[in-house]
Amino acid sequence: MQRRWRTGSYVGQLWDSRQLRLIFAFAAVTATLLIFRWSLSFLRDTDTPTAVMMPVAIGLGVVGVWVLYWGTDTLLALLPLGRLSDRLRPIVFVGPALALLGVFLIYPTIVTIWMSLRDARSENFVGLENYRFAFTNDELQTAFLNNLVWLVVVTGVSVALGLLIAVLVDRVRYEAAAKSLIFLPMAISFVGASVIWKFMYAFQPAGRPQIGLLNALVVAGGGEPVGWLIERQFNTFALIAIMIWLQTGFCLVILSAALKAIPKEILDAARIDGASETQVFLQIIIPALRGTLITVGTAVLIAVLKVFDIVYVMTNGQYDTEVVANRMYAEMFKYKHYGRGSALAVILLLAVVPVMIANVRSLRQRRS
Amino acid sequence: MSNFVMKRWLNRSFVHSAVIIICFLWTLPTIGVLISSFRAPNDMRSSGWWTTLAHPFNFTQWTTRNYADVITSNGIGSAFVNTLVVTIPATVIPITVAAFAAYAFAWMRFPLRDTAFALVVGLMVVPLQMALIPVLRLYTRLGLNGSFLGIWLAHTGFGLPMATYLLYSYISQLPRDLLESAFIDGASHFTAFTRLVVPLSLPAIASFAIFQFLWVWNDLLISLVFLGTSKDVAVLTSALSKLVGSKGQAWHLLTAGAFVSMLVPLVVFFSLQRYFVRGLLAGSVKG
Repeated sequence: MQRRWRTGSYVGQLWDSRQLRLIFAFAAVTATLLIFRWSLSFLRDTDTPTAVMMPVAIGLGVVGVWVLYWGTDTLLALLPLGRLSDRLRPIVFVGPALALLGVFLIYPTIVTIWMSLRDARSENFVGLENYRFAFTNDELQTAFLNNLVWLVVVTGVSVALGLLIAVLVDRVRYEAAAKSLIFLPMAISFVGASVIWKFMYAFQPAGRPQIGLLNALVVAGGGEPVGWLIERQFNTFALIAIMIWLQTGFCLVILSAALKAIPKEILDAARIDGASETQVFLQIIIPALRGTLITVGTAVLIAVLKVFDIVYVMTNGQYDTEVVANRMYAEMFKYKHYGRGSALAVILLLAVVPVMIANVRSLRQRRS
Repeated sequence: MSNFVMKRWLNRSFVHSAVIIICFLWTLPTIGVLISSFRAPNDMRSSGWWTTLAHPFNFTQWTTRNYADVITSNGIGSAFVNTLVVTIPATVIPITVAAFAAYAFAWMRFPLRDTAFALVVGLMVVPLQMALIPVLRLYTRLGLNGSFLGIWLAHTGFGLPMATYLLYSYISQLPRDLLESAFIDGASHFTAFTRLVVPLSLPAIASFAIFQFLWVWNDLLISLVFLGTSKDVAVLTSALSKLVGSKGQAWHLLTAGAFVSMLVPLVVFFSLQRYFVRGLLAGSVKG
């Protein structure tokens, strides 16, 4: 229908010729695939000036994928397949997604489980040895313990703080601005946040000027400067504080939206009946927000379970700050013990699955 | 002043001061880094950043040298370009692939459709940590290791389950009549998809796009594993974390570098906050 305007012209007639379009679509798909292959050497060639490389690479990635879909769909429509082409069309639409999922999630999951039962170089079957190691090794026990502390403290504090701030900002007129400020860390990377906090925790020996805000305050109060990231009674909590700083805004924004959905009449009725603000909070607001609290809590739980960047950048697991995901990275890419690394990945998977199921379930309940 | 009014006033001022104190504390670490990034290296070593607040208009103490240094001679400039090269396709490709799949799951009929969809949703629970070594080995064999194409595909694969699920829940709710009348007028599935479904789904696409864009921009693990830290491919997060490792006390470089890496996320955050919040809520289920 939308091609009608073309049919009058010569170009239109040419375009309407089935063979020509077929050839064009075929050429487009082949060319895209070839360009993708060629891009491997071109994009890695350090002599290519960035001004050329950047638009080419971005254009390639963005346009290429559309050309592939368009080309295969046109090919399918024009090839003399009869009714078969209708049957094959869903493959053009879902095929790429399923293929990518197969290559990047399904196949690796199976291989990782298999590798977790084999030795460092995946040469011999070792049974559950890697798992036994994971649960008995001293450093890993520290890691599991730390992860537990992370889970409890980060989830507890950021959800509670998010809720508290949501209730507070609900009563001021500059609510949007206040929420933005607290939410802002959510936009930046864990690495960026780590640099920001490393600077907060900066430490100089006593007598030298302190450039880290925390130690400057300690010294101003007459104390000795503290190595926040080295002292074992503080360091894990110093890292946890970063995660709380990042996650509270997320909890705040979502809880605040849910808070606004509670009908005002109910709250006012309770207040007129003589309920104190504490009673309103505990007996009306909290029960009304229960579903949202679970969604938010599980989302934070998942993020914390997989926390890696902060520990990697701040301490790299030294001084008893290890966590499972960082240790997994070290086993995989530093010690090259694929068996142990894979076993830790499987343990992460097993820990994430139940939380994830709870999360998706509560999200779906709230939608319906 | 009556007792009641007095109490209300006290209550009010408590709320205001609590909110203002919390906001102040939350912003303080970022402000410290922002101010420090404009101070000369020597000043930074000898005094805290807060001392500048005593005489903020003494312009001799401010400098942009740190930014020039970190961008030109410490690889942050090229890392910025690399991050763009990684992030834009790694946002557009998964959305495209997921949108086509979501359309098929919602509006096409084919065998095993529901099973395939359940599989896609089920894969949301798999943490990407499970995929690192097998995919890396595959990449080494195919020569995709350390290539932009490789990391685009990896981000696409890991982002797909959530993207498909989110776009499906939107696309499947589009009015049935609209699509059916398009088919009666002779539109192919491809035309219906590009002319109707994509334009109508723009809100959902925008929310997910912003989420995925920031996710990729801020990712460290995937880029460490599949791209590495060599200067021609390193992205901002890995370049910055390398800088922390090699020049941990060079605060003038670290603070400036951190700000360069935050620039784009902050712009996105302030300009598209509404979509950002929506995308974030949706993205809270990312595995």
